[in-house]
Amino acid sequence: MTEVLVTGLGATTPLGGDVASTWAAMLAGESGVRPLEATWAEHLPVRIAATLAVEPSATLERVEARRLDRCQQVALVAAREAWADAGSPEVDPERLAVVIGTGIGGALTLLGQDDIMEEKGHRRVSPLTIPMLMPNGPAATVGLALGAKAGVHAPVSACASGAEAVAWGRELIRTDRADVVVVGGAEACIHPLPLAGFSQMQALSTRNDEPGAASRPFDKARDGFVLGEGAGVLVLERAEFAEARGARIYARLVGTGMTADAYHIAAPDPAGAGAARAIRQALADAQLEPADIGHVNAHATSTPVGDTAEAVAIRDAIGEHALVTSTKSMTGHLLGAAGAVEAIATLLAIRDGKVPPTRNLDDPDDDIRLNIARVQAQEVTLQAAVNDSFGFGGHNVALVFTAA
Amino acid sequence: MTTDEIQTGLAEILEEVAGILPADVSPEKSFTDDLDVDSLSMVEVVVAAEEKFDVKIPDDEVKNLRTVGDAVAYIEKHGAAA
Repeated sequence: MTEVLVTGLGATTPLGGDVASTWAAMLAGESGVRPLEATWAEHLPVRIAATLAVEPSATLERVEARRLDRCQQVALVAAREAWADAGSPEVDPERLAVVIGTGIGGALTLLGQDDIMEEKGHRRVSPLTIPMLMPNGPAATVGLALGAKAGVHAPVSACASGAEAVAWGRELIRTDRADVVVVGGAEACIHPLPLAGFSQMQALSTRNDEPGAASRPFDKARDGFVLGEGAGVLVLERAEFAEARGARIYARLVGTGMTADAYHIAAPDPAGAGAARAIRQALADAQLEPADIGHVNAHATSTPVGDTAEAVAIRDAIGEHALVTSTKSMTGHLLGAAGAVEAIATLLAIRDGKVPPTRNLDDPDDDIRLNIARVQAQEVTLQAAVNDSFGFGGHNVALVFTAA
Repeated sequence: MTTDEIQTGLAEILEEVAGILPADVSPEKSFTDDLDVDSLSMVEVVVAAEEKFDVKIPDDEVKNLRTVGDAVAYIEKHGAAA
């Protein structure tokens, strides 16, 4: 069976402008949630968000940046870091693919250009509007930057997009379509309209006066997620290819599971059946038993119903022994980037033998009944770990990583 | 507005839109072949020029503006300041 290795990592998140700073902040239990100071936020019910720690303009050329939507900018920043981190592999372009998902795509461009059209007319609309708003934009931007010709794909499954991209990347290698695949997720839609839309769903925390305490997965007092922005990118390689070039190996991506709930367009199945099936499928794919899984990086967004349904699924498919965390307690919810950033956190937990804490878990909800890392990072030797991701629409993705 | 002033203004637009150094902008330079301005950026340049020089540049006319000199001459002839 073809083995798939992770050889490069990149990220830009509310906790840091790269993987090292993001991971250090996760282990320290820091929060990337901040008050929204813009005047447009004054009359919104939600006035907090997990904004980027480092603006993309800090690393991108000005002219390059102005042709890209913010979600494409963060994808490019994270992809460049991941590619350099992997040692810029010398690979035949026709054996190099990109799979980068997004939940929403270029919403800031769409909304901004609509304002321009209303104010100044159609002639002032940017000719870059379409390439900047299309949801395959982040994938295409990275594909162009790296010269990937095996294929460029953009899974769109709301908040499971980033994880789905990781899963499809592994498939491209296993079906011999590519030797190296750059996978990940990107999102940047902090703007009044998405905030208003999520607010109308009662999905967001309104703890405006305590930004650092707003994202509290599994806690009794949780009241919704915090909208975040950022990107995570991983370089996946066929094992023979990586070994032949002497690549540094972070972890092995040994199993993936993808299922659908067919239950409701936005609400999770309270029985967590689809989520549990995705986890079981990933374990079967990895040829591992539930007892082998030492750690779960949960999707847990801090919504009342979502966290409970996931807890049911984890207890059902894995059990209560695994050490669980939700890094969204620190990053907020990066939507289509969440699965990729959390895949990185999952495999770094294995590498370092450290599970980041679930920040703000002061009083675990009675329904949760899981072994959750709290207060501070926990040191534990890990052989295998699972990363869950779920999306509006009923998408469930589970990834299994093992030690290098 | 003098020919020089129009060329300088056009160079400012090209720098803003496409990152082209003002020193590289001269009348004989082709937008696509020499300055590497793609068709999308060319639309941005045209719209910015219309605003800056108070001139109308119809879409049909844009294909005739091959060089910087062509654009300067068009703006000189059709601009409000002409």
